[in-house]
Amino acid sequence: MYKWIHQFGSPKYFYNISLVLSKWIAFVCIACFIAGLYGGLVLAPADYQQGDSYRIIYIHVPASWMSLFVYLVLATSGAITLIWRIKIADFVARASAPIGASFTFLALTTGAIWGKPMWGTYWVWDARLTSELILLFLYLGYIALQSSFNDKRIAARAGAILALIGVINIPIIHYSVEWWSTLHQGPTISKLDTPSIHYSMLIPLLLMLAAYKTFYIYVALMGVRNEIIESEYNTAWVKKLLDN
Amino acid sequence: MMLNDFFYMGGYGIYVWSAYAITAIVLIFNLILIKKKEKKILYNLRKLKKIKDNNEA
Amino acid sequence: MSESINIFFVMLKRDLILAMRDKTDFINSLIFFIIIIVLFPLTFGSDAKLINELIPGVIWISALLATCLSLESIFRSDFEDGTIEQITLSRYPLTLIVSAKIIAHWLTFGIPLIIISILMGLIFSLPVDVILALFITLLLGTPTLSLFGSVMVVLTIGLRGSMLLSLLILPLSMPVLIFSILAVNNASINQSIIAETYFLGGILLLAISLAPIAASAALRIRLS
Repeated sequence: MYKWIHQFGSPKYFYNISLVLSKWIAFVCIACFIAGLYGGLVLAPADYQQGDSYRIIYIHVPASWMSLFVYLVLATSGAITLIWRIKIADFVARASAPIGASFTFLALTTGAIWGKPMWGTYWVWDARLTSELILLFLYLGYIALQSSFNDKRIAARAGAILALIGVINIPIIHYSVEWWSTLHQGPTISKLDTPSIHYSMLIPLLLMLAAYKTFYIYVALMGVRNEIIESEYNTAWVKKLLDN
Repeated sequence: MMLNDFFYMGGYGIYVWSAYAITAIVLIFNLILIKKKEKKILYNLRKLKKIKDNNEA
Repeated sequence: MSESINIFFVMLKRDLILAMRDKTDFINSLIFFIIIIVLFPLTFGSDAKLINELIPGVIWISALLATCLSLESIFRSDFEDGTIEQITLSRYPLTLIVSAKIIAHWLTFGIPLIIISILMGLIFSLPVDVILALFITLLLGTPTLSLFGSVMVVLTIGLRGSMLLSLLILPLSMPVLIFSILAVNNASINQSIIAETYFLGGILLLAISLAPIAASAALRIRLS
């Protein structure tokens, strides 16, 4: 089993496997988007309190979950880079940062647009929104730091330290709605409890989450392939790849 | 009638659809950016390879 | 063991003497601090009530910005003349040496900052509760800023792009800023500030335990 995992550290193996995987992932992603959007926009009934505006949940909640998930991937790849010096981890971290920043931006903007008709304000300085904004600045700082180094190996390791320091923000974002009760509503889905949301609304939400996740994996894999080609362009297999 | 309801979204149409539009724009933008970067990298590396091969030949 | 403790004090004394010899570094940041605070009432006009409400927050934000400015001085001169490589390669624990430098920075910059903020509070005739809250939050907050900031300094020292350091420090210092401003606001309406003080103390302890380790790891990365 370790041999199987070890192979992922080899750029050539990773490149070829990810090419095959990406086709399937794109297919799953498109299917989940279509199913989720149809279920969420057409099939699911209007909410009792919020009417039809609650449908923003289908793009707001997956975006915010993914913003946290991608940051954890970033921090974990950074830790792998620091401890085991595996190049693929460098590439995964570098490729995940822009898409993670986009997800955070989407979570903030869709949340603001949702907030205006529902709670009368685009923005409020409560714990969850402020720490999500901090997350956006962490992503942007990470991207800025990575792009100011000439040597990409050192850039990856320096970025890893920044990402690991910022991990403290993730539990703050996640538990902020439980610790402080301010504007943002409480958690609807938890691992250990039955969800407080009806199944006809839950299923499209989970489908949209799967769609966002596969979208992230597809884009990140493409970014990793780009980095692999750039860094390995002296090897024979890349030369053969460039020829056709 | 149903299509109208779909766009009107019980009065919140502009909010819901602007949110979905921003999401679509940002996600598609990310996709396009990565694909463009891939094309650029392949183009540059191929050019570099051609120069190197010509120098060695 | 006592050798390591000796090296800590040697480093601390060295940095303090260097800071005293070339006072321009930290005095510039302190003057910057004072100027920003003085600029704000110019824009508020003479609405005394508005000034009194906003000045504590202004003092805190100016403290943050001035700290960003002054942080580069911790490692810059050592980086430029190569001392930092000697220090990293020496057999003494790098974490200890880095903490000595950070403490020296706080002693030369943080303590005058706190004293000047209290003076500013008196100048703007803020109530005693608010000045006390300002003092406590700055006392707990400025070391945290120095500690987290020093990690960012090590990551960005010598890179092109001048604002990168500030861009990296600000997200990490937002929790400190939020809790300090909450404390000061609570003090101005005569509520207890003990909860925010606990939070600030907790963040400070986190910073004390983690920042020197992170800074020395970052130093080894930058010099590899």
